[in-house]
Amino acid sequence: MISKSDNPKVLYGVLLGLAILAPLAIYPVFLMKVLCFALFASAFNLLLGYVGLLSFGHAAFLATGGYITGHILTQWGLSTELGIIFGTLAATALGYIFGKLAIRRQGIYFAMITLALAQLVFFLFVQAPFTGGENGLQGIPRGNLFGLISLQDNLSMYYFVLAIFIFGFALIQRTIHSPFGQVLKAIRENEPRAISLGYDVDKYKLLAFTLSAGLAGLAGSTKSVVFQLASLTDAHWHMSGEVVLMTLLGGVGTLFGPVVGAATVVSLQNYLAQGPLGSWVTVILGLIFVICVLAFRSGIVGEIQKFMRKNFE
Amino acid sequence: MTELLGIPPQVLFGQMLIGLINGSFYALLSLGLAIIFGLLNIINFSHGAQYMLGAFAAWLGLQYFGVNYWVALVLAPVCVAAFGILLERTLLRRLYREDHLYGLLLTFGLALIIEGSFVHWFGVSGQPYAVPESLQGGQNLGFMFLPTYRGWIIVASLVVCFGTWYMIERTRLGAYLRAGTENPQLMQAFGINVPLLITLTYGYGVALAALAGVLAAPIYQVSPVMGSNLLITVFAVVVIGGMGSILGSILTGLLMGLIEGLTKVFYPEASSTVIFLVMIIILLVRPAGLFGKEA
Repeated sequence: MISKSDNPKVLYGVLLGLAILAPLAIYPVFLMKVLCFALFASAFNLLLGYVGLLSFGHAAFLATGGYITGHILTQWGLSTELGIIFGTLAATALGYIFGKLAIRRQGIYFAMITLALAQLVFFLFVQAPFTGGENGLQGIPRGNLFGLISLQDNLSMYYFVLAIFIFGFALIQRTIHSPFGQVLKAIRENEPRAISLGYDVDKYKLLAFTLSAGLAGLAGSTKSVVFQLASLTDAHWHMSGEVVLMTLLGGVGTLFGPVVGAATVVSLQNYLAQGPLGSWVTVILGLIFVICVLAFRSGIVGEIQKFMRKNFE
Repeated sequence: MTELLGIPPQVLFGQMLIGLINGSFYALLSLGLAIIFGLLNIINFSHGAQYMLGAFAAWLGLQYFGVNYWVALVLAPVCVAAFGILLERTLLRRLYREDHLYGLLLTFGLALIIEGSFVHWFGVSGQPYAVPESLQGGQNLGFMFLPTYRGWIIVASLVVCFGTWYMIERTRLGAYLRAGTENPQLMQAFGINVPLLITLTYGYGVALAALAGVLAAPIYQVSPVMGSNLLITVFAVVVIGGMGSILGSILTGLLMGLIEGLTKVFYPEASSTVIFLVMIIILLVRPAGLFGKEA
């Protein structure tokens, strides 16, 4: 096997090449959906995998990004990237507020608080005048990138989404490998010890939470532009559960796990929706959940890593 | 009778009654969650699905086997508890040594399976369940009209809640339970069958959820999704009250129902969000919850 330091660069290069060529073989809209959810799940994994915080309310950030971007692009007529930036900022701000409240409690309470706060946001979106209630925001214009490049065409939209994904993924990769990321992992492993070493644990948790929320918002903003739609589905607690599943299935605490998990779950949903098992999607997702928790806790990427370590090192 | 703050008293007391009924359900469900959490250290995410199963067991029993309400009130919780015990013995048990979050994730997956199956079989629209004959009609209390069934819900859930409280705080079995919550290893060393105690505790918590489901069947539609949204509200109630105290869970549940009812009168727009807002205030003012102890 190639030495550890060279390995990622080769891997990243190959993956990037594949991602650039992918729309030749696969329908770009499907690929964009996978990329949006991969970013969403990676953002979630930053919290669960690297700080050990289980947020059950990440749908709120996905939806906030989507709604704000949708509203701005529909009503204000700004160029696409500004709409996405504002959507992301709104989700980041919401993440800061959620984080401030939720980190006051630990473990199971943390999960319940984030879930309840996300439900509050869901009800606000149901009632708010600008969200279009049950219909959602429809016909969001894809617009022009920097006011110049039209994104109507699926292929140019795809490369824009790919660029956003790479930005988000690189940010997460940098965060994890930075000294800040090392402190996050220390908190995950042993919070009291991190405190006793003099780290202001709450500050680190809050920053990680805000960053994760912002990236989830970026995914939601991008998704609303791709599908030209922002709806309550994104804010529902089912969505918060789905992102947990994607991360768990792909591998918690691995860089590529959430990407693999998102691709698997999105493909599965697409495939099932067309077949006779369409009305069983929820049940099948539930089954995968149960199997992952009972027998497959490292997830796909985690198991592959274990296998490689056992056989090649 | 004169108006209070510009609100006719019938409306005010009517909404307070509805609030108390919702509060009774919050109390029953958060009590079950608290008992399970105390001994198993997991949050039972399938609690909402088990509440729904209780309601469906009553409805199916009546529909296909002619089981009347009173029999269902006992039989449905027993059946659902048996199902819960099966889940505990076969699945949950494997996770006690793992991080507690896995218990939450497992029960979440189970909730998806249960809810998804029922949506597949029965659709999302609700099925009506008639109020039993002996509880139809109502009383005029002078200041308001009290439908008998609604009064019955409040009385029945109060009796069950305080019965549970008495059992846990005042009986030998309850003493085992409290000791097990404090230190299960030591209990086991004293020769008490802790795994059995855990199984029974889970079964009892699930039975409480199913009982709430049967009580709810005649006033709400019996629908596969009736439990999930309610459960999230109950989670907020649990965060507000803290799970450390049995009596605290009951009182917080009732209080939150009442606050929700009053909000419906004075500011209806916020009635679906008020409990979450209270949760935020509590987190700011008293993070451990009203009855919780600082960790």
